Amino acid sequence: MSSGYTAAEMMTVAAARALSSRDICFVGIGLPSAACNLARLTHAPGLTLIYESGTIETKPSVLPLSIGDGELCETALTTVSVPEMFRYWLQGGRITAGFLGGAQIDRFGNLNSTVIGPYAKPKVRLPGSGGATEIATSCGRIFIVMRQSPRTFVKKLDFLTTLGHGATGRERRELGIHTEGPALLVTDLCMMKPDEESKEMCVTSMHPGVTMEQVRAATGWELRAADMVSETEPPSAVELEALRDLNRRTAEAHGSSLGME
Amino acid sequence: MSIFTNLSAAVESVVHDGDRIALEGFTHLIPFAAGHEIIRQGRRNLTLLRMTPDLLYDQMIGAGCASKLVFSWGGNPGVGSLHRFRDAVEHGWPCPLEIEEHSHAAMANAYAAGAAGLPFALFRGYLGVELPTVNTNIRFVDCPFTGERLAAVPAHRPDVGIIHAQKADRAGNVLIEGIIGVQKEVVLASKRSIVTVEEIVDDFGTRSPNAVILPSWTITAIAVEPGGARPSYAHGYYPRDNSFYVKWDELSRDRDTFTAWLRDNVLSRPKEAVR
Repeated sequence: MSSGYTAAEMMTVAAARALSSRDICFVGIGLPSAACNLARLTHAPGLTLIYESGTIETKPSVLPLSIGDGELCETALTTVSVPEMFRYWLQGGRITAGFLGGAQIDRFGNLNSTVIGPYAKPKVRLPGSGGATEIATSCGRIFIVMRQSPRTFVKKLDFLTTLGHGATGRERRELGIHTEGPALLVTDLCMMKPDEESKEMCVTSMHPGVTMEQVRAATGWELRAADMVSETEPPSAVELEALRDLNRRTAEAHGSSLGME
Repeated sequence: MSIFTNLSAAVESVVHDGDRIALEGFTHLIPFAAGHEIIRQGRRNLTLLRMTPDLLYDQMIGAGCASKLVFSWGGNPGVGSLHRFRDAVEHGWPCPLEIEEHSHAAMANAYAAGAAGLPFALFRGYLGVELPTVNTNIRFVDCPFTGERLAAVPAHRPDVGIIHAQKADRAGNVLIEGIIGVQKEVVLASKRSIVTVEEIVDDFGTRSPNAVILPSWTITAIAVEPGGARPSYAHGYYPRDNSFYVKWDELSRDRDTFTAWLRDNVLSRPKEAVR
């Protein structure tokens, strides 16, 4: 890309910026892990990272391939059991931010990571919920990172694995859920936030060089834009260097390009 | 009978056809050696419980050991799909596989409830999602004090719990370090248990008074299996073989390639000598 950075780098950097040093963040593997560690290595050194394997305040120097890599435990303040992680720390309301992704997302930020096709006779059997179902309702706020395409940004999910703002945008309140839910969706093209009233995800910022036509073409529903749409600040030299260093260390440690997303 | 035995004798006496069994280890300490021995002994109709089926259950499912899987995340971590699991669910190969699907929170709570001797696990979860519509074991109860609607799932009470750990002492107590996952809960929740260890030591030496130790009288059988968690890892002994996890994607994609791998790497391994 002539701009000197890739769309994937823009996505990771934009997601990282959502976190602050005050956050206690529940981290998933892949894109979320890259974004969370980039935040910790740049503008949010005080950011607390928690992985569902039980590692609290972990400071990995390379991105883990799995959610329970030894690196996470070795660099953690403490490591608790998995039941304790889900009961005391997640359900107990100690986590301010959760990072999620999925195979499909709809206009209200609901996610599918279970099946493509009917549940009983799936066309593609995906991994399933993992921690996502309860992360989405127990963390203070949810950030979602996903590559955008009409195949993944769909009108109707094949299966609702993880609650966003529900089928109508009112479900969280009706179910007595007190956490905020999806507060930000970062893609390789743009950023979206829920409309204050309807809770529908609306474009609030476009990455440099991206047009609204491109974003709409990559979305399976009639995408709305917020009243004010800004341009995403491109990655700074510091952000890019930190991300590329992290990816290089990760590739060296794992002997492959895995975890580089 | 001594608690110490060899792995084939342990599996032979503890694991039976049709049992509900849980081989646990959250990325770390996955009991591959024990799972391979179950494959070699040709166990059938097992109900396999595990939060993250991982490569081990992919192999056991592909080998035809399982008729049901209870799980919460069925992928190859950081790599992609579990192809044998998918083939069983999508095409019924090598035999149909019934699934009971949960979230991590539900599985972790169900093990803890089993260890606590409770009939069911209670937690705040499964709100507004579809899993309860396809899994009748997910239900809801109202809190008798506040009226809050909470999720309930049956406690996990496996016939057999199997884990790998770092060390046993001569008395048969077991020390687990690092990411401890649900190792303790699965042994305490199960009717019978097998623990494989890296080594036996005279004593555990200097340790925190809060070290995670399973007393010998909570365990049915212990077998020494150095490297018994490979290609997963054992904290303090060997790292995760990430390259094998990547390679598994190719090895497992095709039925013939998988069958050849299983024959050459699991089935043909000579039965171990008594240690």
